[in-house]
Amino acid sequence: MYLLLAKDLLVELRNRETFTVMLFFAVVMLFLFHFSLNPERENTAILAPGLLWLAFLFTGVLGLGRSFQAEQTNDCLEQLLLIPGDRGHIYLGKLVGNIAFMLAVELLILPLFALFFQLNLWLALLPLLGVAVLGTVGFAALGTLFSALTSNVRAREVLFPLLLFPLIVPLIIGTVTATAIVLGGGTLGEASAWLKLLAAFDTIFLVIAYLTFEFVVEQ
Amino acid sequence: MAEPCLSGRTLANGLGIVALLAVLVGLYLAFFYAPADALQGDVQRIMYIHVPTAWVAFFACFVVFVASMVYLWKRWPEADRLAYASAEIGVLFTALTLIDGSIWGKPTWGTWWTWDARLTTTAILLVIYVGYLMLRSFVEEPERRARLAALVGIVGFIDVPIIYMSVLWFRTLHQPPSIQAGGVAMPESMLFTLLFNFGAYTLVYVFFLVKRVRLESLRAIIDALMAEKVEHE
Repeated sequence: MYLLLAKDLLVELRNRETFTVMLFFAVVMLFLFHFSLNPERENTAILAPGLLWLAFLFTGVLGLGRSFQAEQTNDCLEQLLLIPGDRGHIYLGKLVGNIAFMLAVELLILPLFALFFQLNLWLALLPLLGVAVLGTVGFAALGTLFSALTSNVRAREVLFPLLLFPLIVPLIIGTVTATAIVLGGGTLGEASAWLKLLAAFDTIFLVIAYLTFEFVVEQ
Repeated sequence: MAEPCLSGRTLANGLGIVALLAVLVGLYLAFFYAPADALQGDVQRIMYIHVPTAWVAFFACFVVFVASMVYLWKRWPEADRLAYASAEIGVLFTALTLIDGSIWGKPTWGTWWTWDARLTTTAILLVIYVGYLMLRSFVEEPERRARLAALVGIVGFIDVPIIYMSVLWFRTLHQPPSIQAGGVAMPESMLFTLLFNFGAYTLVYVFFLVKRVRLESLRAIIDALMAEKVEHE
């Protein structure tokens, strides 16, 4: 698992392909949000949490969709499956890598978001990061499973978000509402109901994805 | 091979006739036997179709879930065909539920659509199972198609109650629910009509299911014969 994680991180550090695309895609989304909604200062606070998470999720789908693509060339996935032991480890390796990429992009996007939309994020930064981690883990947990599931399917680019997005509705509700509370000056305690929802979602789908992953990659 | 197929067909058609009769009797009961609702009047009679179609929609998705688990466990192709057939009927009845629910919602709530938890969850359910069917249509090898679809059937079904709960919380914290589930006691004639229609639409579901599974089995037999023929050549 650690070797797989190290390999993914190393490949990404060498060519920075996916990461760069994800980052600039997110930046472009911020531009599009601005021009499509023309947010004035007073309604920014209402729109910001939703816009932020839409940017994260669309960027995430872009990155996660590629996560098993590299393994398709040269039958790398087959080689990976030859590793003795639990196939769940392959899943965990990929998952941790995906979480790391997504969080890195989110960390870079947050200051830009605050700059473009004139939000004061710094007071709420720590609770906001907490929400981001919970949301990203759940998203990546299901996303990694479905990325593997659709990696070898025709029309995977359209099928992957079609399958993934309906399932993460609870996650969107939880993250956006919690982000709104935190940005509005609330503490994590006031958002605890939503954080519990996110934590429950993360736990349930981490376990399910870990257990079912071997059926996805079965030969 | 031909003999059991034929007798199975007669049985299925018999079931179809019974289901059709049951639906007709159910409609008669809904329109003439059950009394008009004190508050909503005749509009409320759509309940006798709406609630049973919703029940069939959710039951069909439950069958997909169970059949998918059986498939991953036992690898019976029959379980996969059952899941496929049930998912198709589930999509049909989910769409019907949304449509007849909208028709009911317009005169009673004054709107075709509201972001109520049940409505929203049903709509998301529809998208999940459309995704399930799309996935199936994009994978050619039967074994891999069955395996991947089964995973979607399982993960999707487990997610439905979580979606329902999250939408419910989201709604209740933003504004009070638009309708309160009233403790209105139903007169016996209404209850009987409703229960009869439950039975009628469940029969329709079973009939569709039997027909659809049979069709898939025949298709599998033909595919196997074709493969054999290609091998000989």
